Amino acid sequence: MGGKEYGVYYKAANKSLIWYNNQVFENAGASEPETWPDLLNTAQTVYDSGVTPFSVGGAEGWTLTDWFENVYLSQAGPEKYDQLAQHKIKWTDPSVKDALTTLAQVWGKPDYIAGGANGALQVDFPASVTQVFTGGDQPKAAMVAAGDFAQVNIPSTMKIGTDAKVFPFPAVGDNGPVVSGGDAAVILEDSKGAQALATWLASPDAAQIQAKLGGYLSPNKNVPNSAYPNAVQQKIAKALIDAGDDFRFDMSDQAPQAFGGTPGKGEWKILQDFLKNPKDIAGTQAKLEAEAAAAYGD
Amino acid sequence: MTGTRRTVAALFLLPALVLLGALVVYPIGYSVVRSFYDQSGDGFAGMDNYTALFTDEGIRTALKNNVIWVVFAPTVATALGLIFAVLTERVRWGTAFKLVVFMPMAISMLAAGIIFRLVYDQDPDKGVANAVWVGVHDTFSQASAFPKAHPGRESPLESAGGGAFITKSPVRAGETVSLPLVGVAPDLMPDGAKAAVAPKPEPDKITGTTWQDFTRGKGVGTLNGVDAAELGYPGMKVEAVKDGRVVASATAADDGTFTLPASADGAQLQLPASNFKEPYNGLDWLGPSLVTPSIIGSYIWMWAGFAMVLIAAGLASVPRELLEAARVDGASEWQVFRRVTVPLLAPVLAVVMVTLMINVLKVFDLVFIIAPGSSQDDANVLALELYRKGFSEDQPGIASAISVFLLLLVIPVMWFNVRRLRREVRR
Repeated sequence: MGGKEYGVYYKAANKSLIWYNNQVFENAGASEPETWPDLLNTAQTVYDSGVTPFSVGGAEGWTLTDWFENVYLSQAGPEKYDQLAQHKIKWTDPSVKDALTTLAQVWGKPDYIAGGANGALQVDFPASVTQVFTGGDQPKAAMVAAGDFAQVNIPSTMKIGTDAKVFPFPAVGDNGPVVSGGDAAVILEDSKGAQALATWLASPDAAQIQAKLGGYLSPNKNVPNSAYPNAVQQKIAKALIDAGDDFRFDMSDQAPQAFGGTPGKGEWKILQDFLKNPKDIAGTQAKLEAEAAAAYGD
Repeated sequence: MTGTRRTVAALFLLPALVLLGALVVYPIGYSVVRSFYDQSGDGFAGMDNYTALFTDEGIRTALKNNVIWVVFAPTVATALGLIFAVLTERVRWGTAFKLVVFMPMAISMLAAGIIFRLVYDQDPDKGVANAVWVGVHDTFSQASAFPKAHPGRESPLESAGGGAFITKSPVRAGETVSLPLVGVAPDLMPDGAKAAVAPKPEPDKITGTTWQDFTRGKGVGTLNGVDAAELGYPGMKVEAVKDGRVVASATAADDGTFTLPASADGAQLQLPASNFKEPYNGLDWLGPSLVTPSIIGSYIWMWAGFAMVLIAAGLASVPRELLEAARVDGASEWQVFRRVTVPLLAPVLAVVMVTLMINVLKVFDLVFIIAPGSSQDDANVLALELYRKGFSEDQPGIASAISVFLLLLVIPVMWFNVRRLRREVRR
C-alpha cells in the first residue's frame, strides 16, 4: 500500500508474566507479589522453605532480554523504552544502570537461581519451564519469567490455573510492565481473497474461534475476555488489554538482528555474561553500547 | 581432428561443464569477488573484509578453535581407529565390534549433535557424562545432609565465611542457645529427624537446639522460636570457638538438642561448613572452558569408526609373512606393531588423516547444535562464524572473506592428496 508494507497483527504474546508452582508457594506460605520488593520477599520466603526461587533459561539469550525489558519498561517508563529501542539514548544512560542494578538483586544471588548462574546458562527455554513444574513438592525452582506461550512446556499432569499459576511481572516503578510479541499476517501477493482473509483474521470473530482452543491471545481489544477457555488465559489477556497504549513491543525484536537476535552475540551474549558476573554493571553498559552502536550503524 | 569431431567432443563435454560451472566455479568466483565488496555489495571495499578477518574478536576465537580441531580431532580419531583395527583383527567377535564402532557413521551430524547435547546435559539425571562423573565423585566424598540451610530473618547467627555460620554473641554456661536455620527442603531432611524440642537450661552446661525454623505452609511461625511442627537437625555439628580455636564440640540429637560442657563458657557457637556442603553437580561440559573438547569428543565418537574401517582394509593387505618374519626374529608384539605394522600402514594413515582434516576444517553442524547459546562464542569455528556473519548479522562481505580463507586453508591439504594419488597411479 503506497509502497510501504503493512501487516495485520493476528496473534499477540504477553511476555510480562511469571509462572509459578502453586504447591511450592503453598508450602512456603508465599503469595503472589505485586511490586518488585514483594517479589524479592516472596523469593526469600520460597528460598527459606528449601526451594530455589527462580528458573532462568540462560542458554537462550532472549529469555534474559525479556527480563531486562520488563524491568526497564516498568522502571524507566514507555518513553525511555522507545528511545532505547530506537537507540536514541545510549545504553550507558543512567536508566539502564538502574535497570541492571535492579536485575542484579535477583541475578546476583546464586542461591536464587536454579543451578546457579553457570547452571542456568546451560538451561534452554523449554527446560527452564519444565523444571519448575516437575519434581513434585521439590522442583528445581519455584518461578519462571516466561510469556503466555510457556503453557505448552508445562507437563500435562500439572493443571493450568490450579497447579501452574501465573502473575503479572511485578511493577518495579509506578506501573507493571507489559512487553509483548506478535505474529503478523502479511499479504505477499495482493488479491481480493487475500484482503478478505486478512480483514477477517483481524476481526474479533476469527480471534474468538482460536481463543477457545487456548494458547492464543488476540491483539484485538474487542475480543471478549470470556472467549478465553480458562482463568489463567483470561488473566493474561486482561493484563495485555489493560496496559492500553502503555504496552510495548519486545525491544530486542525491534533491534537489528546482530544486536538483538543472534545466539552468542550482541545483547543476548552480553546479558549472559552479566548473569555470570552481575557486579559489572558499568562494563556491561559499555559493552552493550559498543555492540549497539555497531549494529545500528551510527 | 576434424571440425565435426570437435563439435561432438564439445557437445559431450557441455553438460558436465555447465554443471561444474554453475555449481562450483561460479559460486567460488562470486564469493571471491563478493569478499572485496562492502556490506551492501555496492561499494568496493578492497582488503577491508580480510582485515576484519584478523581483527574481529569472534573470528579470532573461531580461528583458534579451528586450529585445536585440526590438531586434535584427526589425530585422536586416527589413533583410536588404528587401535580398534589392530585389536579387532585378533578377536573372534571382531566383525561385530567393528559394526558397533562404525554405527555412528550411519547417524546424521544433526542427530549426533542432539544426542550429545543430551549426553553433556548439566543435570546428572539427564546427562550421562555428568551422571558418571558425579557417581565416581560421590563414591569418594559424601554430600552433607543440610545443603542450602541458611539463617533466616533476624537470626542470632551470621555468616562466618567459607559457608560456616557463627553466633553473633558468646554463650554462657547455664544458659540456653537456639540456632535456627531455614532452607532445607522437607523431603531432604534426614529420616531420623524428630520434632524439635526447646532447650532446657542445665547448671554448668550449655544446652541448645538447632532446628528448621520453618513450618510447612505457614512460613517461619514464631520467629527464632520452636514451633510444634518444626523438625530438629539430627547430626548437625556444633563447635564452640574461642579466639579462633575450637574448645568443645557436640552433635545434635534427633530432636535437634545438643549439650556443651562448661569449658565452652564465653565461646561463640559455630556450625562448621561441613554441615552445609552442596551436593556435587558435575562438570560444566558445555561451559566456556570445556565446550570445544566436549564437541571434539562427539566428533571422534562419529569418525573413529570411519578411520577404523579404512585402516582395517589397509591392514588386510599388509603381507603376513613380514609380520611372521619379525616375530621369528624375536620381536615383541609391541615392536612388531611399532616397527612393522605402522610403517607399512603409513600411506593409509596419511589418507585417513588428510580426509579427516578436510572434514574437520568445515565442521559446522556439531558445534551449531551442541554448544548452547551462552557458550557458542567460545565454541565458535570458522564455518559457524561464516554462517553467523552471513545470515544473522547481515555481513555477506565478511562471510565471503571467511569462505575464501577456508578455501585457502583446504587447498594445501587437497594438493597433498592429489599429488599422492597421482604418485600411486604412476606406480
